Amino acid sequence: MNAEPIPAISAQQIAGTAFGHDEALVEVRDLTVRFVTRETTVHAVNGVNFSVRPGEVLCILGESGSGKSVTLRAMMRLLPPRRTRIEGSIAIDGQDVLALDKRALGELRGGLVSMIFQEPMTALDPVYTIGTQIAETVLRHKGGSRAAARARALELLELVKIPEAARRLDNYPHELSGGLRQRAMIAMALSCGPRLLLADEPTTALDATVQIQVLILLRRLQRELGMGTIFVTHDLGVAAEIADRIAVMYAGRIVEEGPVADVLRAPLHPYTQGLLASTVHGQSRERDIEAIPGSPPDLRRLAAGCAFAPRCGLVQSECHAAMPEPRYTAAGRMARCVRITQAALAAAE
Amino acid sequence: MLAYIMRRMLLAIPIAFGVSVVCFSLVYLAPGDPLSVILPADATQEMVAQIRHAYGFDRPLPVQYLFWLGHVLTGDFGMSIATRRPVILEVTGALSNTFMLTSFAVPLAFGLGYAMGALAGCFPGRAVDRLVTGAAVVGVSLPNYWLGIVLVIIFAVEFMALPATGMGPKGSAQFSLLRWSDAQYMILPVVTLALIPVGIIARTTRAAVAEVLNLDFVTTLRAKGLSEIAVIRHVLKNSAPQVLAVMGLQFGYLMGGSILIETVFTWPGSGFMLSKAIINRDIPVLQGTILFLSMIFVATNLVVDLLQSMIDPRIRRS
Ligand SMILES: Nc1ncnc2c1ncn2[C@@H]1O[C@H](COP(=O)(O)OP(=O)(O)OP(=O)(O)O)[C@@H](O)[C@H]1O
Ligand SMILES: [Mg+2]
Repeated sequence: MNAEPIPAISAQQIAGTAFGHDEALVEVRDLTVRFVTRETTVHAVNGVNFSVRPGEVLCILGESGSGKSVTLRAMMRLLPPRRTRIEGSIAIDGQDVLALDKRALGELRGGLVSMIFQEPMTALDPVYTIGTQIAETVLRHKGGSRAAARARALELLELVKIPEAARRLDNYPHELSGGLRQRAMIAMALSCGPRLLLADEPTTALDATVQIQVLILLRRLQRELGMGTIFVTHDLGVAAEIADRIAVMYAGRIVEEGPVADVLRAPLHPYTQGLLASTVHGQSRERDIEAIPGSPPDLRRLAAGCAFAPRCGLVQSECHAAMPEPRYTAAGRMARCVRITQAALAAAE
Repeated sequence: MLAYIMRRMLLAIPIAFGVSVVCFSLVYLAPGDPLSVILPADATQEMVAQIRHAYGFDRPLPVQYLFWLGHVLTGDFGMSIATRRPVILEVTGALSNTFMLTSFAVPLAFGLGYAMGALAGCFPGRAVDRLVTGAAVVGVSLPNYWLGIVLVIIFAVEFMALPATGMGPKGSAQFSLLRWSDAQYMILPVVTLALIPVGIIARTTRAAVAEVLNLDFVTTLRAKGLSEIAVIRHVLKNSAPQVLAVMGLQFGYLMGGSILIETVFTWPGSGFMLSKAIINRDIPVLQGTILFLSMIFVATNLVVDLLQSMIDPRIRRS
């Protein structure tokens, strides 16, 4: 029925490669996420490996349904526990996230790791003021008095450059514009000094000009506070702007990963090449990813071969046999494509 | 907020006006001539005209309405045709008897229904949920007058633990809540009455809580590190406006007194009185009761609206 997800290579195999950072803040190994219902199993994430160093920004790029959000949510164990099967390992600041008990998980969420969501309108509780919602987070992790938490909330609103912050504290989410709402969301995420920030398309729902402002703010705060950051986006331009490294996801796997400049200059994987080419030719950034012909595979029944093969212009018979194993270059790049031979790798350097 | 309260109160005025017009027209909507009850069968034309004039029936309708409204506003609803007592006394007496039941039935029903619904909503699809949903379906579909009779058979007839019907051994006039010999008469009607809204409130609460639990912001709350209890507090507050709306309606229905239940237990409340007034074609009593009950509905609605807008500020804007 369902094709077994191809086993990813183990951590030992990749030691000394792009993933082999001793001082990693995040180490995700062989992450598999399935959603199991009585009718079907959705293979949303199928063996994902990556790491993030403190202060580093990793952009996860990929079209809709490629498993970006699921990966981020798995890292905070925010997926519905009864339906979700998570395998592999996730270590954040040395903690084994998948093994944490409820209490430790509560400490990690919002303390060590924070998340910003795409749609600030629905991601904030509509019946509490933003001041209350930020103060609540502060109280949860730092304790202290309500007044102190509120004072901290005010500081945070000023930090994210919300005008008239003192007045905004008592506003409800619906009383703010989209941009201000997202700033409030960012303030809440930063309230307890996280070492890792997970941002799931934080600018997608905003107007273009507001998008840039929020992006600049995020980049500044990320640098000032030295947070490791995983930033999910559809937008290559955004990725080029903010990322240190890029990971391109397709059908629940990372098909290419590497330093942002290298990947954008000379993409190794045909999928990444397609993404880039469509941006160069097409003017519209919003439509860039749709420009590759065909549609992504059905995650309920993944075929054995390379998941991109049906849409790939360079497909060969080998592609249908098995999902290609990751291949690494000396420059800390990785791609999963049969066409990447040592010669091709050398040429790309 | 204050402005909103004022606006809502002003909005209630046309509703109250509409209700009063409907109550007034009841006399004309009811089949037959309202005078036929008072007049002897062999009344002469002159007598009819005289009485018509005396009751003001010969004046134009709007004038009649204004006269009627003037009386009503000063508490004069006329005389009951059946008992010859002022309608206002009849109605307030019956309402206070019903209120005695509802003041126990409402906290019981709302508390139980809410607790069941919230519990089920927090664990959708789990065993508690199926249990509560099942119980609510049974509760909603059982005819409660039947349940009342069954309770009477079990507790009054079989075990002889509680009195079957009536309002105290010496009748409603001497009834006192503080005497157990009287108060025990309330137990069966209160329980029966309470069972009507339990199922409805449990189902509404369950649906509202389960719906809110699926909203995006709940993930944010969890991502902040809040405990599951703190998350549920947010969820309950968010689902409260929906629950309050249904509770307000149910409160209104219960104040109307269930005709069937008050009849089964011969409890002299508003429902019992309504049924008597209908049978006796006692239009003034009917008018007075319906007007009072409608005003209770309007007032309840107003209170629910204000509570909702206090909980959810988005409601204030529309
Ligand atoms: N709770 C869930 N239950 C079942 N399937 C899910 C669940 N969450 C996500 N999925 C499925 O997992 C797949 C990956 O979803 P995901 O949200 O990670 O995509 P994405 O890459 O974030 O896309 P987008 O760019 O649209 O946000 C999708 O097919 C989605 O339908
Ligand atoms: Mg997503």
